[in-house]
Parts: sequence; structure tokens; C-alpha cells
Amino acid sequence: MRLYDLAIGILAAAGDLALFGFRAARESLLPPFEFKETVRQLYELGLRSAPLIMVSGMAVGVVLSMHTRASLERFGAESMIPAGLAIALVRETGPLTAGLLLSGRIGAGIGAELGAMKVTEQIDALEASAVDAFRYLVVTRVVACVIALPILTTVMNFAGMLGGYIAESAATGMSLTHYFNRAFSLIDMTDYVPATVKTMVFGFIIATVSAYLGYTTESGTEGVGRASTRAVVMSSVGIIVANVILVRLIFFIFPKAAGG
Amino acid sequence: MTGGADQTRRSAQESDRAKVDDGPAVRLDGVSKTFGSRCVLDNVSFDVPAGSGFIIIGRSGTGKSVTLRHIVRLVLPDRGKVFVGADEISGLTGAELSRVRRKIGFLFQNAALFDSISVGENVAFPLRRHTRLPDREIRDRAAAKLDSVGLGAEYDKMPAALSGGMRKRAGLARAMALDPPLLLVDEPSAGLDPITTDEIDQLLLDLKKRGGTTLIVVTHNIPSAKRLGDRLVMLHEGRIAASGTPAELDQSSDPLVRAFMSSQHSG
Repeated sequence: MRLYDLAIGILAAAGDLALFGFRAARESLLPPFEFKETVRQLYELGLRSAPLIMVSGMAVGVVLSMHTRASLERFGAESMIPAGLAIALVRETGPLTAGLLLSGRIGAGIGAELGAMKVTEQIDALEASAVDAFRYLVVTRVVACVIALPILTTVMNFAGMLGGYIAESAATGMSLTHYFNRAFSLIDMTDYVPATVKTMVFGFIIATVSAYLGYTTESGTEGVGRASTRAVVMSSVGIIVANVILVRLIFFIFPKAAGG
Repeated sequence: MTGGADQTRRSAQESDRAKVDDGPAVRLDGVSKTFGSRCVLDNVSFDVPAGSGFIIIGRSGTGKSVTLRHIVRLVLPDRGKVFVGADEISGLTGAELSRVRRKIGFLFQNAALFDSISVGENVAFPLRRHTRLPDREIRDRAAAKLDSVGLGAEYDKMPAALSGGMRKRAGLARAMALDPPLLLVDEPSAGLDPITTDEIDQLLLDLKKRGGTTLIVVTHNIPSAKRLGDRLVMLHEGRIAASGTPAELDQSSDPLVRAFMSSQHSG
């Protein structure tokens, strides 16, 4: 009986979340638009995440380069290191790592902020002030995340390549121009565009899941902490699962991206 | 251009006020509300005449705040209707709901200041959202509202830097920002010292007498209730246990009402 109740509870929450996400998507396309607040959220969620993305991207690039060198040296294919690293970063490592990092930073932030606003009646105060709180708080964050994720993923890709260059330069003294010429030699738009566009879905998942958990917070400060933790866990899992589906979809739409 | 927008806003406010003046400012008609298995309001009905002071008293957990939240449609009744002026707010959504809510100022029990913006910007928020006044004018008006609650020097402070009583006063300034014809106030004296309580009471009385503002106040502070109220209702277990002028309730034979009315509790 308890298992049955648990299953019903999970299904009900999933249904609520789906309706919440659908409403956010629909209202993001309909006026009135909260331009000012959306720009503020782009700054808060997007621009302020850039240092995290750049530093992490460079570190990922250095490590990837070291691993790639260790593997390719065995076959005498060291010259392929920049291109191999670039393809790995642009197609998968960059988007997924950026998505997971941002689900931590942005997801926790949105979950905690909206949760705190809920338990201190600030969301009610917005409504009482004749402001559509859903549009003002949720839609603006969803739009900002959907716009910010592809941009931050591109930043991550470049930072990763720069990190790869630093590692390669230290190992072989390769010049920056030579490194980037080789890195871009095998990449085309079918590698970059679908993989980067899919991060818009990651942005939607992070913002919707986190905003839902924050917006429906109960039980005071304890609930805020729980909303914040769940926002990170659920949006991370959501991104990983969605990635499987999106990669399969990309391979179906762009067979070239699958090497076909 | 600015003067024109300001004049338009003023005439819209006057028209709103006139609309409220046509009948009761607020009417609850057989409102019932249950949360889970707990019945918080049970067939509650009352009229609040425009321009009057209407006080809701009662023990904690008897549905006073829930009643206020119904009036601004933060809570929907399970049964019954809630009217603000001629509009049934419980049946409104979207732009119509927003139009009616602009006529209402709401001071929350815990002030509910937006903690990501300064105290002054909290007060300026409704003006920025609902008027086209220039920034300087908005700042001046917000500063004047803060001044009226004794917080003129706190414009740039963040809400977290204020004491509980100061937050409450800042919340009142925000509720008054648009000079609404209807002001809902949830426990205005909670956490305030007696002198500040008197000052806030005087401010609310001035709003009522000079501005014609309709006040609906939830309070446990009986001296304050008697000062502000033309009419009092006492809620008990989700129902109206007593209703009348302060003098009538003072003469009540009901022991619960008498005990309440004779209390000098000031918080």
C-alpha cells in the first residue's frame, strides 16, 4: 500500500512538474515580456557563471589533452591531439560538463532563492502587488537559462581548447596559431550547432526543475534547503537522461554527426 | 508628458475610489475554506463600508489572516464569494485581477519585503511596475512614504539590515505606495514598541479620515483596534462570534468577547 502511495505521489509530482514546464514554455512566448528582469537574470545566471565555466573549461582541456596525448602517442598520432580534443569538447564534453556545472550553480541558486521567497511570503507579496509572480520569477529565469546555456557552452569549448593548448604547448612548444589551425581542421557546423543547441534544452530543464521546487517549497527554512539540494540532483539527472535522448535525436537528424 | 501620465493615474485612482464608494468596499458572502481536514473559515459573511475602519480580532489560528488573503485573492474560497467594490475578485484572473489588486495595499504579517532590493526600492517597486513616472519622481515618492513611517533615512539599506519593527513599517510604506483606496493590514503593531504603534495607528487614522482609505486590520492589540475601528468582528473557530462597534463589543455578554475586549495586550 505504501509503495502504491509512493508511486502515485511520484506520478503526481511528475505531472505537476510537466504542467509547470509547459506553462513556463507557453508564457515565455506570449506577451507581456519582462525584458528588464530577463536581462537581470541573464546577468545573474549567465554572466556571473562565466568565471566558473572558464576556469573549469581550461582545467578540463588540460586533463583531456594529457589523456589524449597518452593514448595517441602509442599510435604515433600526436598531431591529431588538437583536433581530437576539439571534437570531444565541442560534441559532448563541453555541453555536458557545462550543463552539469550550471545545474549546480544555477539550480541551487534558483531553488534556494525562490524557496526562500515562498516561505517568507515574498511571492505572495508580488501577487498582492498586482505582479504576475510566475511570469516575473519563473519565466524570466527559464528564458535567461535557455539563452545563457549555449553561450556558456561555447565559452566552455573555447576555454577547454585553450587549456588543451597550454598542456600541448608545455609538452611540445606548439604555437597558438598552429594549435588552433589543427583543432579546427576536422570540426564543421554539424559538430558544433546541434550539440550547442541541445544545451538550450539543458537550460530549460535546469530552470524549470529548480523553479518548480523553489516555487512549491513548504516547511520553512528546512524546506528551502531541501528544495535547493533537490534542484541540483534532479536537474543533473534530468540533463544526463535528456542527453541520451538528444544525442540519439541528433544522430538521427544529422547522420554526419554520427560519422555516417 | 509626465504631468499628463501623473494626471491620468490620479484620475484613474479617483475613479477606482468612486467605484469602491458606490457600495461596500469589500463584501464576503458565505465564504468557507478548509485546509486539509481543518476548517479555517465556515460560512463567513460581512460587508466593509467604503472609507471605514474594519477590524478583525480573535485568537491565533481562527482564520483572520486567511480572511485577508481571500480579499486579495491569494487564497480562493471553497464556497462563497469575495467582492472588492463591484468586482468579484474570487472569480477574476489575468489583467482584470491585476486591475483590482492595484486598488489594494497589503501589509503582510512579516512584512514580506523583497530581500534582494533596498528598502527604498521595495517601496518604489509598485510605482515602477504600475506607473510611468520618471525615476526621480518615483524615488521622491518612495522616500516620502518611508519618511511618513519614520524610515526616511533608511532608503538605501537592505531589508536584512532592519529590525523587525522597521521592516514592518517599511512594509506599510510599500503597501501605501500607490495610495490605494483599500488597505489590508495584518497585525500592524506586532513587534513594535508602544510609541511606534501609536504613530502607525495615527498614520492609518489619517489615511482613513483625510484620504478616505478603507482599512481592514487584523490585530490582537485591543486598544489599537478600538482606535482604528468603526466596526469590529471577532472570529472564533472559523465563524464570526461577535460583530459591532467597539462600544457594542465592550458591552457584550459573551465571556470570550468580554475577555478579549478587556485585554490590554499590545502585540
